Amino acid sequence: MANQPSSAALSGRKTAIHPLAVRITHWINAIAIIIMILSGWRIYDASPLFNFEFPGEITLGGWLAGALQWHFAAMWLLVLNGLFYVCYGIITGHFKSNFLPLTWQSLWREFKNALRGQISHELGVYNAVQRAAYIGVICMGAVLVLSGLAIWKPVQFQELTELMGGYEGARLVHFIAMALVVFFILVHLTLVALVPRTLWPMFSGRAAGGQEEAK
Amino acid sequence: MKMLTKPDRDLVRPTLDIIKIERRLFLKQSLSLGALTLLSGCDITNADSVKKVLWGMSHWNDRVQAFLFNPNKLAPIFPESAITKPFPFNAYYSENEVPHVDAALYKLKLGGRIQDKASWQLEQLYALPQTSQITRHVCVEGWSAIGKWSGVTFKTFLERVGADLTAKYVGFVCADDYYTSIDMPTALHPQTLLTFKFADEILPAKYGFPMKLRIPTKLGFKNPKHIMAIFVTNTYPGGYWEDQGYNWFSGL
Repeated sequence: MANQPSSAALSGRKTAIHPLAVRITHWINAIAIIIMILSGWRIYDASPLFNFEFPGEITLGGWLAGALQWHFAAMWLLVLNGLFYVCYGIITGHFKSNFLPLTWQSLWREFKNALRGQISHELGVYNAVQRAAYIGVICMGAVLVLSGLAIWKPVQFQELTELMGGYEGARLVHFIAMALVVFFILVHLTLVALVPRTLWPMFSGRAAGGQEEAK
Repeated sequence: MKMLTKPDRDLVRPTLDIIKIERRLFLKQSLSLGALTLLSGCDITNADSVKKVLWGMSHWNDRVQAFLFNPNKLAPIFPESAITKPFPFNAYYSENEVPHVDAALYKLKLGGRIQDKASWQLEQLYALPQTSQITRHVCVEGWSAIGKWSGVTFKTFLERVGADLTAKYVGFVCADDYYTSIDMPTALHPQTLLTFKFADEILPAKYGFPMKLRIPTKLGFKNPKHIMAIFVTNTYPGGYWEDQGYNWFSGL
């Protein structure tokens, strides 16, 4: 299993860009996180932290109880899928080979390039900004789950809630982590729209036609 | 035991925010079927199957929460200075619809798996050993507030009346047609109090006169006010909000 990506890479011109496990967990995660965000907005609206509400039409659940049912059902999908992905990423070396090395210098250089519109589009190889973004969003996922647990169980997991700055603090942490994940998703989707050939490999694992890997 | 049947829904005139339009929307469009279709790209033709899965997951979460519940884990206690003032009023109706229970005529009825089903008058309840605690009330809507409640440890009361402590549920019927039920381990938790005072004063009507069951290990809606009858049973009694889709265990 540990050799899956490299053996696929050797199998011919059509190099595997995304291993099967990454593709499956990606799409399960996409469904789970969208359910969590849209139902979460409806839950937020029941007692807004800030001076605004999410329009009801873009939320999920219909009313508070419905939204809570969605939220506490999809959390299992999100957490189990996320745990599998993180274990897979660590055990197979997927994280190490795709997200590392990452230095502040390379991050700053690539970030400036990106602002100038000079982004490297090498399928299957992430630039420093992408690496930082993926590491960041995985960490935000962990923060979302932990702050969610702190809000859900402020008595049973009160040590965790305390760590999040108490019950009200945990609500704020949960909201901020959600906002950062939404920001990531918006940038992520914008970049896919700008470079559409990155989309197909997330389904098939391979670049369309295979010629695009030619370096 | 007529007292212990479900209250007539038609008598209920809900006015609270979370029930207003949302409830009608819920019944009509169920669970935002359109949104789900949009999300998954699937053609979901049977809303009932989605509903079934969500209710099933909620029941699963009841079991997970019962498993996570540690009977010895205490809810955080706060100093007097942390008390929220004014403490928010909350019910499925507005504040001017609060029921006014006549103290002189009041009798707490007992039913189900309880040996001594004799009714209790307020003076008898006030004569039980009293204790106070300052804890955080967490509403299912997300907000929270810290208050001080005083009364008798519910476990002491249940033992006094000879309740079957091995039964599964304790149910409550309230003067405002509200009803709810809790699991026995939570009923026996040392911080679960049958309270008669709020902020050292006899419970005002808006906070649940003549008594409120204060459970700092559960969400606010699991803390019944204006309790008229208590019963112990092995048959799932449900609850006003629980029967509409809110999670039954709702532990903190």
